[in-house]
Amino acid sequence: MNPETLLGDTVIDAVSAVFMVVGALMSLGAAIGLLRFPDLMSRMHAATKPQVLGLFLLLVALGLQLRTWWAWPVLLVAWLFQLLTVPVSAHMVGRAGYRTKHLHPELLSSDELEAVVQQAAGKRGFDDENPAGSNPDDAGSPDRRGRLGGGPGAGSA
Amino acid sequence: MMQLVLTVTAVVLSLAAAGAIIRIAIGPSLLDRVLAADVLLAIFGAALCIDMAVNRHLNNLMLLVALSIIGFVGSVTVARFVADRRESVRES
Repeated sequence: MNPETLLGDTVIDAVSAVFMVVGALMSLGAAIGLLRFPDLMSRMHAATKPQVLGLFLLLVALGLQLRTWWAWPVLLVAWLFQLLTVPVSAHMVGRAGYRTKHLHPELLSSDELEAVVQQAAGKRGFDDENPAGSNPDDAGSPDRRGRLGGGPGAGSA
Repeated sequence: MMQLVLTVTAVVLSLAAAGAIIRIAIGPSLLDRVLAADVLLAIFGAALCIDMAVNRHLNNLMLLVALSIIGFVGSVTVARFVADRRESVRES
């Protein structure tokens, strides 16, 4: 029985070592992506790797190294917390980036907000120098305000 | 074997942190810097995880959760108050 546990130990160690190295390589990939990608949106794509998959691999490696069952729920809670917060902050950063034009339109494969933004800008009578949503005080999204139409915001039309 | 893994991951994470810091330094806009700071925070979390795994303790786990809260609050706050101050819009 003893050699079997020794073999199992070695296998678990090897698996967790591989997970740790791959999880660290996720961080390196994110750094390379940050340095080489051309605009904010593609850099955001690279930045997500260590936050979700890298953390997952490292937490699994940690659980394998600890060799206890009670540690797994704690690690799961830590990962779920990251999984809940990362999309929200990425959404906020991406929305702010879209509104302040931190993107190359020629690199987008499709811009699904463009028609809505054009419509809202036309309804509210904005000129091109001040496109809808570039003002950070503008809390509501322009499409929602444009569709509400008859609300109190329609005075400028 | 754990010492080898520790060395490899230390080198890899140092390179990754250097890349993120370079992007923070040269990032043309505020949002690029926020994103790079987020990545740097994730790299710190990875380093904490590897420390826990190699030394087999759980002391840093609450710090890891706190790190994700800090990253969330920081990037949401900065993204909320960002404004475009660049001269030419297509620069980034």
